[in-house]
Amino acid sequence: MTTTTPEEQADDLVEGFELFDTWDDRYRFLIDLGRKLPPLTETEKSEVNRVHGCQSNVWIATRPQPETPEPVINFVGDSDSSLVKGLIAVLWRVCSGQPAEKIVSYDVEGLLDRLGLSQHLTMGRRNGLDEMVKRVKALAAKAESRNQ
Amino acid sequence: MTQTIIPVLPFNVNRVREDFPILAQKVHGKPLVYLDNAATTQKPQAVLDALAEYYTEHNANVHRAVHLLSERATRLHEEARTTVQRFLNAREAREVIWTRGTTEGINLVAQTYGRKNVGAGDEVIISAMEHHSNIVPWQMLCEEKGAILRVIAMNDDGELLLDEYEKLLGPRTKFVSVVHLSNALGTLNPVKRIIERAHEYGVPVLLDGAQAAYHVPLDVQELDCDFYAFSGHKLYGPTGIGVLYGKAELLDAMPPYQGGGDMIRSVTFEKTTYNVLPFKFEAGTPHIAGAIGLAAAINYITALGMDSIADHERDLLAYGTRALESVPGLRLVGTAREKASVLSFVLKDIHPYDLGVILDQQGVAIRTGHHCAQPVMDRFGIAATARASMACYNTREEIDVLVRGIHHAQKLLG
Ligand SMILES: Cc1ncc(COP(=O)(O)O)c(C=O)c1O
Repeated sequence: MTTTTPEEQADDLVEGFELFDTWDDRYRFLIDLGRKLPPLTETEKSEVNRVHGCQSNVWIATRPQPETPEPVINFVGDSDSSLVKGLIAVLWRVCSGQPAEKIVSYDVEGLLDRLGLSQHLTMGRRNGLDEMVKRVKALAAKAESRNQ
Repeated sequence: MTQTIIPVLPFNVNRVREDFPILAQKVHGKPLVYLDNAATTQKPQAVLDALAEYYTEHNANVHRAVHLLSERATRLHEEARTTVQRFLNAREAREVIWTRGTTEGINLVAQTYGRKNVGAGDEVIISAMEHHSNIVPWQMLCEEKGAILRVIAMNDDGELLLDEYEKLLGPRTKFVSVVHLSNALGTLNPVKRIIERAHEYGVPVLLDGAQAAYHVPLDVQELDCDFYAFSGHKLYGPTGIGVLYGKAELLDAMPPYQGGGDMIRSVTFEKTTYNVLPFKFEAGTPHIAGAIGLAAAINYITALGMDSIADHERDLLAYGTRALESVPGLRLVGTAREKASVLSFVLKDIHPYDLGVILDQQGVAIRTGHHCAQPVMDRFGIAATARASMACYNTREEIDVLVRGIHHAQKLLG
């Protein structure tokens, strides 16, 4: 994982997205992002790690992090929906490996807006996205409080 | 009773479409193909006009004042009830209770008839293809009373097993509540037979008519059902209004549902006596505009002709079934012999959610998910389906657009 900030990661993504003229291409890009996500192990696909969205199965798991000067959160995720998996990949890109406090305060909604994907957030009740974001932030908040 | 004679014109879907202003719009730059009718239908201009006219010219509270507007509002509200009575062929207008929708109608029966007549060890029968709104109210009742919920099983085509049903019926059975037309599978159930068998045991039957009411010509006397619940918003009418039909002798014997204004005859702190039917079940200011809008919707579809609508939709279903069956990797969920207007399906290796999003970009609105019928999904071992559901204004061309959209999604997601 690089040491760039969530904002820099986000800018990269937005730039990538802006290269595409059509939604088909954007969705294809999103699906590809999802395909490049590191896979979850079978034990990580546990009930505890499951995020209850309405339609697709979503899992978010944290992975232990070797000691770093500033504690960071590494997480992985998966979904049986290709598009939701792409959205997890977006989250992963901007948040995973970042310091907990940065994740807690990061404006995911703003990013999805910039990517033109906020429709998926309003549909969050259907795809579990808002639950997913909450889960990541909760994991980060927990890690942060442990370190205080 | 004076019967309005409504001329039936030959069915012309393009003319019908012109009556629905929303259908002319584009979404994501593509012409809207609205195939989520089982969730809610679009509204014809006649309904929009009726709502606007009511609020512009007649608005007042009903039953409560001597002034002209109130008199007019009351008359329109009660005329709407008569329109529903005729639509259902109910014996009397007082058998038509205004509700918020199907859900409230079912809850009303569970909480009044059910609480009065179902006790510990008694049984309530529903079916394996119920919408959550015809499961949960009965579960709540059974839990409260120590009663048992029995479920009529279905086969792999999504047809109820009537032999199983007959085995469930017995002296402990106190109520049967089944869906007339399934929103998740499209199955049209043999409700007349279900009712006949229940009546042999003296057991009343409620039909969940949320889907059937706008697809199937109805006659509650012919069906001999004891209760029939449906929603205005699925029948081209406004949201927030619905109907519970009940046989007068049953409704009369039932305790009231909610307490409040309009449902009382007299109130003192010592004792309240209740109003007569239908007002006994209509506490508080009703959705007056909704009732008037629903009547306008009923008049609209009656003028088109329920039989003509059913014929048109049968053609769409046959055409759509053939078209979808030709898509590689597509499996229809719900292949009953008797079906109407619902095409539920899954695609190999494609999540319904993804399909829904990609189709939306093509202007095609379908529904994906469990359709508030999780036990149905469990029965078929799936988590969700994609569902295209048709109404009177849909066309074969729109089904072609859907099929092209599915091919496109397969390319993109494959
Ligand atoms: C079969 C069936 N029953 C009940 C309902 C509930 O209707 P409403 O939400 O209008 O009360 C629906 C609506 O989706 C339905 O399809």
